[in-house]
This record gives sequence, C-alpha cells and structure tokens, in this order.
Amino acid sequence: MGADYLPYVAIVLTLVLSTGLVGAILVMNSILGPKVLTGAKSESFECGNLPAEPTRKRFSVKFYVVAIFFVVFDIEAIFLIPWAVSYRDLLNDPVYASIALAEVLLFVGVLAMGLWYVWRKGALDWAFERPAAGGENE
Amino acid sequence: MDLTFLLLTLVKIVLICFVFAMIMGALLTWVERKLSAAVHDRVGPNRASIMGVTAMGLLHPIADMIKAFTKEDFVPAGANKALFALAPMLAMVPPLVVFAVVPFGPGPNFVIAPLDTGMLFILAIGGLGIYGAALGGWASNNSFALLGSLRAAAQMISYEVSMGLNLVGIFLIFGTVSLSQIVLGQGELLWGWLPMWGIVLQPVAFILFLTASMAENKRAPFDLPEGESEILGYNLEYSSMRFALFFLSEFVEIVVIAAVAATLFFGGWQIPWVDPQGTAGGWITAGQVAAFVGKVVFLCWVQMMIRWTLPRFRYDQVMTLGWKYLLPLSLANIVVTAIVVAML
Repeated sequence: MGADYLPYVAIVLTLVLSTGLVGAILVMNSILGPKVLTGAKSESFECGNLPAEPTRKRFSVKFYVVAIFFVVFDIEAIFLIPWAVSYRDLLNDPVYASIALAEVLLFVGVLAMGLWYVWRKGALDWAFERPAAGGENE
Repeated sequence: MDLTFLLLTLVKIVLICFVFAMIMGALLTWVERKLSAAVHDRVGPNRASIMGVTAMGLLHPIADMIKAFTKEDFVPAGANKALFALAPMLAMVPPLVVFAVVPFGPGPNFVIAPLDTGMLFILAIGGLGIYGAALGGWASNNSFALLGSLRAAAQMISYEVSMGLNLVGIFLIFGTVSLSQIVLGQGELLWGWLPMWGIVLQPVAFILFLTASMAENKRAPFDLPEGESEILGYNLEYSSMRFALFFLSEFVEIVVIAAVAATLFFGGWQIPWVDPQGTAGGWITAGQVAAFVGKVVFLCWVQMMIRWTLPRFRYDQVMTLGWKYLLPLSLANIVVTAIVVAML
C-alpha cells in the first residue's frame, strides 16, 4: 500500500458514488413517474378517515428513557473497545499485566451495577402493570 | 494517488457495492418470496414472463423495478418535503458504504478500503441507518408512520448497544478491529487442527450478534416498526422508488449482516487448512473469494429461514430481550473471555 490516506480517499469515493447512484435512481423515478396530485390522494393515510388529531402528537416518555440509556451504555461500549484491542499486549507487559484484568472487571462491574440499578428502578420494563379496571388505558 | 489507484478503486466500488450488493439485494427479494412460498407450501411468484420464459419467477425483481420506476413519487400533504426525500437515501446509502471495508479475498486487492479501524467504521456507518427510519416516519406527517419510526429508532438503538459489546470478545482475541487482520487471525489453528474461526472461539457472541443485527435490520421476528398487521410502519406514506429503496435497503442490510458475520465468525475468505496467509494466488485465491461469497449466501439463507419460521415479538418482549438478556449476556461474555485469555 502507498500513502496512508489512500483508504480514506476510497471511502469518500464509495460514499460519493453510492449517494450518486441512489440519487440518480430517485431522479429517474421522478422523470418517469406521472405527476397527478389530487386533494384526496395527498391526505394522510388513516384508513380513509380524515386525520382525527395532529399527526405529530406527543408520544410516550419511555422512548426518551431508552435514548438516554443508549447514550450511556454505548459510550461505555466504546471505552471497552480500545482495551480489548490492547488486552493481549497488556498481559505481556510486566507493569500492566496484573491490573489489565482487574481494572476492566471494575469497569464492567460499575456498568453492571448501573444496569442493575435501572433494572430495579423498573426503567427497563416497557409494559407497566395492567391498570385496574376502569383505569385510564396507557 | 495516481490514476491506476483511482481506476482500480472505481472498478472495485462498482463490482462490490453496486453489482454484488445490489444484485444480491434484488435476488433476495426473489428468494424471500420463493422461500416463504416453500415454507407455506405454495408455489410462489411465477407469472412474470418474457416471451413465455418465466425462469422460476426470477423476472419478478425486474418487473418490480420497472413498476417502481414508473410510479408517482408523491409527497403527502403537510410532510416535510426535504426530509421526506432525504430519508430513503439515508436508509440506502449506509449499507452500501459498509461494503467498502469488507475484505472479499486475501490482500488489499479484494477490498475497497483496508481501514485499520474497519469494524468501528462498520458500527458507525451502520448506525446511520437509524436516521432513515426515524426521519422518514417523522417527515411523513402521519400518526402511524410516526409510531413506526419511534419504534424503529428505540429498537435499533437498544440493540446497537449489545451489538457493539458482543464484538468486544472478538476484538480481544484477535487484538485488532481491522477486518483483514481478523480474517488472517482466523486462519491459525487451535491444537493444530481446529481453525480459529470466530464461531469456534466465541459461539455466544455469534448468536448474540446475529440476534442484535437482525433486530437492527427490523425484519421478522423483529419487524415491529413495520408490523404489517398493526401500524404499517415508518414507510407507510412512501410510494414508487422511494418505497422501493426502503424495501431494498432491508435486503442489502441482510447481505451486510451476512458479510460481516462471515468475516468475523466464519473466517472471511479462509478455506480451512488451505493457504491461511492468502499468498497463493491463482485458482486458490479465486476459490477463497468464492468461499467468502458462499459463506455470505449461506448466512443470508439462515436469516431468511429465521424470518419465515419465527412469529413476531410483542414490543415489550423486544425491549426485554434487548436490555435484560442480550446486554447482560454480552457483558458476561466479555468478562469470561477476558478471564480465559488471561489464564491461557
């Protein structure tokens, strides 16, 4: 291989060409397809009825909680990858060999404790317990 | 950077991203119908014909393409036009770009870009697919599409976590995230006879990875974001080629999952006990490329069979599986792998 940046040139080329191909497909579609916009056709699809309420309505807060957990746990996953790559070198290193495993056990332990905490808090339970009869449906 | 490099890269991009990925995707739409027909004890599509030749329904993908091209790409009232048009591209481009780092054969000649950070690149670019589903549903100005996109986004980010974590074991064993290096590492032999394929060393990780990536791909048994019988999904308001791109992107993602799983867990282009360094050239190299393609086809078939033999989850079951089973199992897998590697 030549210069170090060549793979990145290839990546950018792939990105540009793929986007170009997909874009070309869409442009061809808009040229070939008919354009007959009528009022009824452009209505939002709700099984033939007019939309009953604003379509971008409020949604359950649980989706927000999942997003926060994703950020927390995915960042911890990112921290584990550099360790995993250098783990075997660390084991051969006289200085770090003794703590290479211990430190990551501590790290994963803290991660597992966080998971246990949100689990016990019920934040991972998607379906709440059934409301009592006559109660408002979720 | 010279002209030869540019031309070679162009040829590779066209062959891998456009010909291989797109044609495999289109073929898989046919396989999906024929396989589901076989599972259901039906005949499946067999009507499309040119001059009486039906070729077992193989002409149906072509007929579908012509139909998608000549339909109206309308935008519903109240939709965000820019995002509505952007979403199918965001769904289709990432799975194509992922192929840039997958080694199809030994050496730098069979990969578009031999990045040292290959697997991180795949995780990063693959994660972008979420935007296609999330924005497509939100921009449509439709209640059902919004629900579908929310489900899709929550499901995909939930499984993204365990997908990253259960690959840590593989990185740990081979000491690299470069796909070419991982494939070379899998050519070595355990106890002198067993190839060190990922599935041999990390069987748990393979099952977790396949589960997580199938959930990422939003296909049955994880097709909640679409749920044909419930909410129709984030691509509900899409028509013509825009819908076809969403549809095709799912099938290209099947090929992506199969290619990544083959590279990480099935030895990539390695043929067991034959030329593990990939320096032979000639027919052996051709055989190794064929072996990789064969593994990809096999893993595509596995995913198809899973899709047609399992029923759909309920949404809380999907979330429970992702957070309460896959995530703790991934963490346990990392700890056990680290301890075993330290003891050896």
